[in-house]
This record gives sequence, structure tokens and C-alpha cells, in this order.
Amino acid sequence: MLGAYTTYVVQDLIRTRNPGLFDYSLMIALPLAFLVAGAVGILIERTVIRFLYGRPLETLLATWGISLILQQAVRSAFGPTNKEVGNPGWMSGAFELGGITITYNRMWIIVFTLAVFVGLLALLRFTRLGLEMRAVTQNRAMAASMGIRTARIDALTFGLGSGIAGIAGVALSQIDNVSPNLGQGYIIDSFLVVVFGGVGNLWGTLVASFTLGIANKFLEPFAGAVLGKIAILVFIILFIQKRPRGMFALKGRAIEA
Amino acid sequence: MTSSPLIRALDRGAVAFILVLVAIGVLVPALNLLTAESSVWHVPTYLVALWGKYVCYAILALSIDLIWGYCGILSLGHGAFFALGGYAMGMYLMRQIGTRGVYGNPILPDFMVFLNWPELPVFWYGFNHFAYAVLMVFLVPGVLAFVFGWFAFRSRVTGVYLSIITQALTYALLLGFFRNNFGFGGNNGLTDFKDILGFNVQAQETRAALFAISVLALIIGFFICRTIVASKLGMVLVSIRDAESRTRFLGYRVENYKLFVFTLSACMAGVAGALYVPQVGIINPSEFAPANSIEAVIWVAVGGRGTLIGAAIGAVIVNYGKTTFTSGPLAPYWLFLLGSLFVLVTLLLPRGIVGTVRHYSGALRDRKASAAAEDGITPNEPAPKAAE
Amino acid sequence: MDMRTTQALLYLNAVSVSFDGFRALNDLSIAVEAGEMRAIIGPNGAGKTTMMDVITGKTRPDKGDVYFDGSYDLTKLDETQIAELGIGRKFQKPTVFNMHTVEHNLLLALKGERRVRKTVLWREGVAEQSRIDEILGIIRLGAVRSRVAGSLSHGQKQWLEIGMLLAQDPKLLLVDEPVAGMTDVETHQTADLLKEINKHKTVVVVEHDMTFVRELGVKVTCLHEGSVLAEGTIDQVSQNDRVVEVYLGR
Repeated sequence: MLGAYTTYVVQDLIRTRNPGLFDYSLMIALPLAFLVAGAVGILIERTVIRFLYGRPLETLLATWGISLILQQAVRSAFGPTNKEVGNPGWMSGAFELGGITITYNRMWIIVFTLAVFVGLLALLRFTRLGLEMRAVTQNRAMAASMGIRTARIDALTFGLGSGIAGIAGVALSQIDNVSPNLGQGYIIDSFLVVVFGGVGNLWGTLVASFTLGIANKFLEPFAGAVLGKIAILVFIILFIQKRPRGMFALKGRAIEA
Repeated sequence: MTSSPLIRALDRGAVAFILVLVAIGVLVPALNLLTAESSVWHVPTYLVALWGKYVCYAILALSIDLIWGYCGILSLGHGAFFALGGYAMGMYLMRQIGTRGVYGNPILPDFMVFLNWPELPVFWYGFNHFAYAVLMVFLVPGVLAFVFGWFAFRSRVTGVYLSIITQALTYALLLGFFRNNFGFGGNNGLTDFKDILGFNVQAQETRAALFAISVLALIIGFFICRTIVASKLGMVLVSIRDAESRTRFLGYRVENYKLFVFTLSACMAGVAGALYVPQVGIINPSEFAPANSIEAVIWVAVGGRGTLIGAAIGAVIVNYGKTTFTSGPLAPYWLFLLGSLFVLVTLLLPRGIVGTVRHYSGALRDRKASAAAEDGITPNEPAPKAAE
Repeated sequence: MDMRTTQALLYLNAVSVSFDGFRALNDLSIAVEAGEMRAIIGPNGAGKTTMMDVITGKTRPDKGDVYFDGSYDLTKLDETQIAELGIGRKFQKPTVFNMHTVEHNLLLALKGERRVRKTVLWREGVAEQSRIDEILGIIRLGAVRSRVAGSLSHGQKQWLEIGMLLAQDPKLLLVDEPVAGMTDVETHQTADLLKEINKHKTVVVVEHDMTFVRELGVKVTCLHEGSVLAEGTIDQVSQNDRVVEVYLGR
């Protein structure tokens, strides 16, 4: 949501100040959206989330509360109506592939998603921050005693996650209406993707989201959009029976108690 | 601890709470019906209906507290059971409209006539009988909860994962009930009710009676919950909440215990919904909205998780606040307030109002051990202690 | 399963478990006789806790047999059924019900009806009360009987958990690191307590603390990388070259 609104603000500014730059507006919006959403994320982590580590259910409730506040803030600032976000020229139009019409903006979004995914994988695998993040998730106490500032890593991780959600918002602004409720429809979908793919596993998330998205689209012609969605939900509820920790869950010595 | 289960359930706080409820259940309808409208003691009918709504919410909160406060199952889909109970009652009320609908069809509800449905769908059969509808109020949420819980608890889906799939459950129902061809009135839901058991639902007397019945349901629900949490079953539930695998290694069938309270709690939520519908006059798919279920959880958190009384009080307080805020010029700020409530309660007041009062009054009493504890809320039995 | 396949009370044969390619147990075979007390030692990651998980049904082995009392195949049962058979387990980290009093902790553990229906109408009997008193005496927690378990010291929690095992009246007690974090005096008392329990029950103790194991004076099995490295008295095992090598590094 924040990301989509950043896009809107950027485009709005460009439209009024410098229409010639309009085609580059997304390029400008992306890093800005990442920074805005990331900064808000870090702020939330520092003020609320960090007091709730080890209490996942409470975290769920508190973040829900924060999302209500953010939504209302956006509604107060920008009004409750949808905002128009334009597609730059190179993202408009469509092409045909084997009888299926594919619009450029959706194709670019897929390309963009894969790029973000690769970037994130690389970040986790090759950078110092990624290494420290993985260290903290595996053994917090050990990481702390080795001089990793765990609190800082927590904040940065949360910020990174929020930032990525922010750039997802930029992408969404291309295909969806920008309104204060933008994120809400996606919360349950993204929860399900994580449940399906397994927590802490990027590949799982990627595979799960594509599987669910594609399955949804394939079910739609037979069952209609709503029934298709219900079918997916039922499927996940059944799936979680077999693999309560997701598709690619890490096995390990069960944690006691 | 050698007393019978009944005595065990009724400690001083519980008795006080029930007495207060009885007083409310008698006084409010009486002041509405027996006093003149000009009297200072008069309770206007719209308030009776509004408070009746709060009482239904309190029952819902109680049902959530039973599973969350005592067994650690955070259901973010309890609104679904509430709404299902409401729909069962709504279907009965729809059938009671008879020929008085806009289209005057003696059997088909208006929306079906409008959609050109030739005949009543099978699942609407029987709803013209009140007893059948009441049975369904218990059965539909109960069976759904049983089946859902049977799958979820057996395969040990716990914690956040469980919360998310309960959320998905209510979301799926929301989508389903929005559809016209589901046969529940689509996004308009069921409304324009006329009679309940031959009494006009709009009438002052009916409203007062519905209020009294809701309070009675709350008392019964509270009593059932008290009996459970004060029994050994309640001890096992708290054990499951605090150390699930320890309980399992002691030889308890954790999934059976969870399934039992989850189903019971869903039935309670269904009753709450069934009482809610005639007082509000409408049931539509928005009751299934995931946000509603989450909001109900915060009532419990505000009042005090694991205190039962707190859950009921929390539901009333938060909803009173909601009514006050959303009807005035402050309406835009309600979401800010609700959002902050989520954050502040989880951060600063994890015990909730009643839990905090109990905690401090308990600490105070420990200090001056002989001083008579007269706060009326603190249990005088060391029996299952309130959750913290 | 009418034929006893083995005389041992607990019998593990060629059990292997792996997690994502890591072999936690590797062809592990152990037999514990009825009435015996056995100490299991081994460096970190030797598979001690995983072995407990396999016996109590928490982890399913990839292959191998686990038999209890010669006739029950534990790999086919779940935790609750195994607990009902008479195997009690103490966790590595003391796990008691923090919100319940000491007395209620024991009450919940007492052998008896475990069905939902029965627990609603349950009333405490005299027999149960006297059994609880007896156990409180054994684990030396009589003075704190009405305190909430969460307020106990670490050592007291360990004892309470052992007391809960006793209340279950199992045939076999699995005790995971009972003296971790205890003072010397407490350690000594725990050794006495376990010896006392062993008069009537079979006990398997997993422990790091060598002084404690020496004090128990029982047969020792040393695990390493998921299989048995050495077995015998504490002196035999501690003089075994391989054991020394594993513990001190090469």
C-alpha cells in the first residue's frame, strides 16, 4: 500500500512538474518505495515488534492493529477514493503468445518479481548482512556473543521485508486500483503462500506463489473466480494436514515443549 | 478441592458476575416496558436493541476466551461460526415472512423470486420450524468446527499456522456467501424480518424479551465455561496451553481436548449469532469478514485473556466505544483508536483489564494476608488460576 | 504380536534417523533390561535426545525396530499411546505446568482416567491425595506444595518433573539431563533420588555430568555420531581409547 502510494505521489509530482520524465517514473518510484516502506518497517520494528519476539500470536494482533492505523492514516491523507496511477509507455499494450494475450505490464511484473527474488537470494547468500541474518535466525545467543548486533539485524530484516512489500506495491499499482484497502485483499493470499511454501524458505515461497496463482487462474474458467478461490483454500487446509510446516519445511530435531 | 463440580465453578467472583447479569437482564427490559417514556428511568427501545447486540458480542467473546485464554488456540475465524448461527436464525426468520414479502410468494424468500428460482433449495427445508432452526444454530457451527478441528488438531497444526487457516476458513465462507447462487441472498444477505415465533420482531415487547433471552444465554454460557475451567478438564486445558508436549507425554490425548473445547466454543459463537440477527434485523456476508473475527479477539485481549468475565466486559467496552466513536464527528479516528488498542493492549496490558486488576489485588492480598478480600473478582479458590 | 522378540524391556535395533542428510542416529542398537538403570553419555550431537524422541514417538525412525516389553512396536504408536504403555519422559529443559501449583502438577500426572468426558465431573479422592503426599515426600517438595510451579527454582522444577514421572507410574523412566544447572548438593540428592526410584522401576538417564554418572554407579553406554561407541562400567568406558578421543578431540 505504501509502495503504491509512493508511486502515486512520484507520478503526481512528475506529471505536474516535468511530464517528460513520466516514462521513468517507475524507476524513480521503486527505490523510493523501498526506502519509505523500509523506513516505516524499521520504525514499527523498533517501537512495537521487538517487544513481542517469542510471542507470535500477539505479534499477529499488534501488526494487525498497525495495519489498521496505517490504512486510516493513508485514508485521512489521500482520501478514501481510488487514485489513478498511469502505466508508462513501455509497459502499456499487449502481445499475443500462442493465442493468449499477455499484457506488457503483467509480463514486466513477472520479470521484475524474478529479479527481486534473485536479488534477495544473492543478498542472503553473498553479503555480510545476509550472513548475519542467517546466523541470528539459527542461533541468536551465539550470534550475539560473536559480536553481531542482533537488535540491529532484527530491525534491518524487518525493514528489508517491509521494503520488498513496498516495491511489490509499486508493481501492484500497475494492475490494481490504488486505494487504502489495496493491501487487505492480499494479506490472506500471502499468508497462505507462506504457509504453503514453508516459513524461512525463499524457494518455497516462490514455488508456492506461482503454484497457487496459476492453479487459481486455471480453476477460474471451470469453477468461476470465487469457487476457484474456495477450492484453493480448502486445498491448503487439507495440505497443511500432511505437511504442517509447509512444502519445503526444514526437518530437524523437534523443539521441546 | 473435594467439592462437587458445581460448587467449584461458582466461586465468589462468578456468583457476583451472574447476579449482576441477572439484575441487568431483569432491570433493562422492565425499565423499558414498565416506565413511562417521560420517566428518567425509562430505557428507550433502541438502547435495548443496542445493548442486546453487546450481550451477543459478549457471548462471542466468551467463546473465544474459552479456547484462546485457557487452551491457547487463537482462532481468527470465530466470526464464521457467529455468522453461521446468525444465518440459521435468519433463514427461519425469512421463512416466517411468508406472503408478506415484496413478491408475496408464500414459500420462496424474495431474493429467490428475484433470481427466478423455481423452488426452495433442499437446504432451506425445515427452516420454517423454529425447533429445527435452533438445532441448526448449534449443529452447523458445531459440525464445521468439529470437522475443521479434527483435521487441524490431529495433524498438530498449532500457533500462528492454525490462526491463519481459521482466517482462511472465514474468508472462504465470506466469498461463498457473497455469491447469489449459494442460496443465501448474496451480498444483501437476509433481512426484512417480520415475526419470530409469531411475535413482531420490531415490537417493543419482543425486543425486551430478546434482550432478556440474550442475557440468559450469556449467563448459561458463562456458567458452562466456568464449570469447565474449574474442573480437571480446565486444568488439562491450561496444561495444553502452557506445555503441550508435556501434556501429551503424560498420556493425555491433546487433540481430543482441543476438539472438544473448539467445538463447544463454535456452538456458543453460533448461539451468539442467532440471538444477534433478530435484534439487528439483518445478516449478510460481511459478518464473515476476517477483520470482524480479529476484532472479536481484541475484545477478549482488552478485557483480559483467560478471565471469562473480562472477555464479556471487554466486548461491551470496545463495542460501546465503537458505537460512540463511529456515530459522532470522531468517526474517522475510530480505526486509529482500534489500531492503537491492538498495539497497546498487546504491549502494555497483556493481562487485560480484569487480569490486571486481579493480578494487583492478588498481590495486595498476599501482602496483608488476613485482610478480607472484597474485590469480588478474585477467585477465592486456588483452582485454575487466571491466565497471565 | 504374541511372541516376545526379546527379553529386554527396551530394545532398539539398527535404528537410523536422518534430518536433511544429517544422520542423527546411525544403526543404533541398545537393549535395556527390566529393573536396570542405564546411563547414556556422549558428546553434543551424539544423538542422545533424538534417541529419546524415537522411543517416545516424537520422531519416527527411517529404519530399524524399537520394541518395548518385547511385544510393543513403538515405531507404530504415537506419544499418548506410548505414555499409556508406561514410558515416562523428562525433558532436557525442565518442563512443568508453570501456572499450576506443585500439587496440581502431580495430580495431572497421576495415573488414571485421561478421557475428556471424565475430567469434567472429576472429584478428588482420598487415594489420590495420599499418593500425591507420598510423591511430594520422595521429591522433597512438600513444603512448596501449594506454590505455583513457575515460581520454583530450576532444581526444584527438575525434581517436580521427576515426581510427575513417578505419579504416572510408568514401567520405564527416560530422564534427560536431570542435573543440568544443579548445585553439587542438589546433584548428589538427585542421584540418591534416582537410585531410590530404580528400586522399583527401570530408568534410562542421559547425562553429561561425569561425576553424577559415576555416583550412579551403573552400566554406561557412550554414544557417538548416532551409534554406540562403548558400553560397560564407567571405568571401562572412560578408559576406552575411542571414548577419550571423542571427548577430548584428536
